[in-house]
Amino acid sequence: MSGIRATNLVKQWDEIRAVDDVSFETQQGSLTVLLGPSGCGKSTILRMIAGLEEVSAGTIQIDGQDVTREDPSKRGVSMVFQSYALFPHLSVRENILFGLKVRKVPKDVQERRLNDAARMVGLDQLLDRRPANLSGGQRQRVALTRTIVSEQPVCLMDEPLSNLDAKLRAEMRDEICTLQRKLGLTMLYVTHDQIEAMSMADQVVLLQGGKIEQHGTPAELYEAPQTTFAARFLGMPPMNILAADQVEGAARMIPKVAGTSGSWQIGIRPENIHIAAKGLAAEVGAVDYMGAETVLRLKLGSQNLMARVNGRASAAPGETVNISWKAQDVHLFDEHGIRRTG
Amino acid sequence: MRLSQDQMKHVHGWLLLTPAAILLVSFTHYPTVATLINSFFSKGTAIRPSRFIGFDNYRSMAEDPIFWKVLGNNLWFALGTIPTSIALAIAMALLVNRAMPGRSFVRMAYFTPTILPMIAVANIWLFFYTPDIGLIDKVLGWFGFAGHNWLGDPSTVLPAIIIMTVWKEAGFFMIFYLAALQNIPPELGEAARLEGANRWYFFRRVLFPLLMPTTLFVLINAVLNSFKLVDHLFVLTKGGPDNASNLLLYYIFESAFSFFDTPYAATLTVVLLGLLAAMALVQFFVLDRRIHYR
Repeated sequence: MSGIRATNLVKQWDEIRAVDDVSFETQQGSLTVLLGPSGCGKSTILRMIAGLEEVSAGTIQIDGQDVTREDPSKRGVSMVFQSYALFPHLSVRENILFGLKVRKVPKDVQERRLNDAARMVGLDQLLDRRPANLSGGQRQRVALTRTIVSEQPVCLMDEPLSNLDAKLRAEMRDEICTLQRKLGLTMLYVTHDQIEAMSMADQVVLLQGGKIEQHGTPAELYEAPQTTFAARFLGMPPMNILAADQVEGAARMIPKVAGTSGSWQIGIRPENIHIAAKGLAAEVGAVDYMGAETVLRLKLGSQNLMARVNGRASAAPGETVNISWKAQDVHLFDEHGIRRTG
Repeated sequence: MRLSQDQMKHVHGWLLLTPAAILLVSFTHYPTVATLINSFFSKGTAIRPSRFIGFDNYRSMAEDPIFWKVLGNNLWFALGTIPTSIALAIAMALLVNRAMPGRSFVRMAYFTPTILPMIAVANIWLFFYTPDIGLIDKVLGWFGFAGHNWLGDPSTVLPAIIIMTVWKEAGFFMIFYLAALQNIPPELGEAARLEGANRWYFFRRVLFPLLMPTTLFVLINAVLNSFKLVDHLFVLTKGGPDNASNLLLYYIFESAFSFFDTPYAATLTVVLLGLLAAMALVQFFVLDRRIHYR
């Protein structure tokens, strides 16, 4: 068992609490994504688990062992940095073998691991190059290979794809997932990109302001967001959040829940809004045609909302359309932005 | 006649180069060539005008024991100052590159010797080295050591000057190393820490190779400085006793302005220029190939 367990983790910088009482647990061999906007403390959590940042309070366990004050090199973790942290003066081969040489792994083992890993990620032709002569994707692969040869059970990734272009990012996402499964790594992956989180994660830990907003599978986060923040952070375009009492004539489209008050909010995913023959009248502000789908920016009274329809929409800006949604597609949030169910 | 556009381009180019070219030619190239020519002529007096004597000046230089002594001194001086000051500079830079209380004060303190004028520095050290009442002898006196004439003893005078020069240069070189260290991304150190590399291993395998461009630059400066030293000697020892602390440039100065043997000074200068040129070439062509520039 090489899962990670963080308990009541706190990081205090003078006045600022970058990480505020965070607890979560990950299973061995699973991929957990720490997701959140920049400054939410996700990288700090990762660095604390790596041992690069001191823990102000709380404990970290890896594989059942308390490693809160353990030296980084003895925690059984490897790490891929956002900047890849390749040594610019060393060849790809030397970069990959750096850790093994430090740990005095026998020469023949070094060679075998290097060759296996390099073939796995397609670097075998580039071993004698310097990092400066590699493309962004190749550098990323070198960094990955470094963690593969280290054969540490836990792999930490700090926004590893943020320096790549969109096409390469999609490729590398696949590749990292495949590697993680093939090698049975316990991976903790930091990103601000919800697509990475949704497509890669077994578990997502959504963070905001140093606190955990929600922890669950991607489907749980998407289908049952616990807060309005979670609701709007996941999904593209984000969920429409409307003040319940300002949606007139929609009473039958809002589920009845005991204790509902006027300051509650309703959330509806853009894809759950339908253009219908009858329903609420909304004015079309703009039409964003994306090919397979079209996003309509609508004005419903004084509130803005977005609707996603398949293919090309017939509506044009300035027109009025009728919209409706099913009561079961509505998410209810109370005055504090917390999810309520009936 | 009208110049074509192409020709005007050349004229503009030359006009832009002229101010710098005038300065370079009149203060660098012309003196170098004139020195070279002078070294082939005899010393002129009122009765006997200067005449061409070929390599006679070089021949008498080769027979001049003081020249060989001065050259040897300079070699020891270079060997004594350069590695020590570079090692110290790196050590100090690593120290002040870390987060620690009073960091900027320490940085400034290390740099102070560089700001001080050479003559002032020499005077301070003159006081340190003064026999019996100087700082060093006073401190040694507490431990029961007898006074020693540091600058008056041929066996201690050169080391004494070497120590002072290291003190003066290390802080200057530290600034370059500090700048270079701050350009090295901290993730490299973190990646190495995760792999279990200790500080020394990281320095040897990563930091030092990445600092090599700086080291080359510092090395060139240090070599030049070791052959350029005049002011300290002027204040401290005047090259004595018995030329034990005399260095090449000071000997040139003596030949020209104390002995008024300008052709001999010119000959020595040509040797100095030759040495410096040779070392610069070695540094650029041999060391440069082994250095990783980012």
